[in-house]
Amino acid sequence: MNLNLSAFASGLTFGLGLIVSQMINPVKVLSFLDVTGNWDPSLALVMVGALLTLGLLQWLIKKSAKHKPSTNKTKPALSKKIDAKLITGATLFGIGWGLSGLCPGPALMGLTSGLSGSYVFVAAMFIGFLLFNLLHRKH
Amino acid sequence: MTLLTVVTALFGGMLIGLAAAILLFFNNRTAGISGIAAGLIKPWKQNSHWRLSFVIGLVISAPLWRLLIGNISIQINTPLIILAAAGLLVGYGTQLGGGCTSGHGICGNARLSPRSIAATLTFMTTAGITVYLVRHFV
Repeated sequence: MNLNLSAFASGLTFGLGLIVSQMINPVKVLSFLDVTGNWDPSLALVMVGALLTLGLLQWLIKKSAKHKPSTNKTKPALSKKIDAKLITGATLFGIGWGLSGLCPGPALMGLTSGLSGSYVFVAAMFIGFLLFNLLHRKH
Repeated sequence: MTLLTVVTALFGGMLIGLAAAILLFFNNRTAGISGIAAGLIKPWKQNSHWRLSFVIGLVISAPLWRLLIGNISIQINTPLIILAAAGLLVGYGTQLGGGCTSGHGICGNARLSPRSIAATLTFMTTAGITVYLVRHFV
């Protein structure tokens, strides 16, 4: 399949999943994160559904293997190290997520909602991406 | 939580898992949205078209839903200045930590990556603490 078409289909399906599960709604996400308050645990099931589905499909893909072995060698080996960068990054991301109820997917989708909060968040997020590039990459 | 939200959460999650499997199978890529989005503004990354295609598909799903199915509830009650700070933290933090709710939380955990499990536990915890502090002390 065309790589752009499959990527488009994946993005579209991902977006539909975020809409159906209401992950797209920051207020809903915040009530999931509010464990000590009026906790809405349903979003944990989003992860359960996603992990079970991806886990099963991944296993099937592996089993039927030997598809496109040539595309594998271009990817670098994944790091296995749990280091300070990983934990610091996850900590900062969690604080931002907890302040807003927005993570990158729902934030990007919110751009079509016309809410000024979405534009501000996404603009700041891309500034955060750039900041990282400036501080950590030498290009 | 009602029976309906249990069903929609599970079904929505299954769609997300399917989406990640599509990208893994056809593109041999991880569906980490922070990485894909950040890759759009890295001109030294070759062959970025698939990233743009993914993001277009993701973003277009919302108007498509509104057109064919109905309303989508999106409520943002956070002040703009806090949203700006949160966006910066999410942008910088996901790059430093190498992933977000999708890359670590779904894709990494599905292949039982120790890094992703550690990252997920960390951002879930700090997000929960942040919400607690905001709701009780601000």
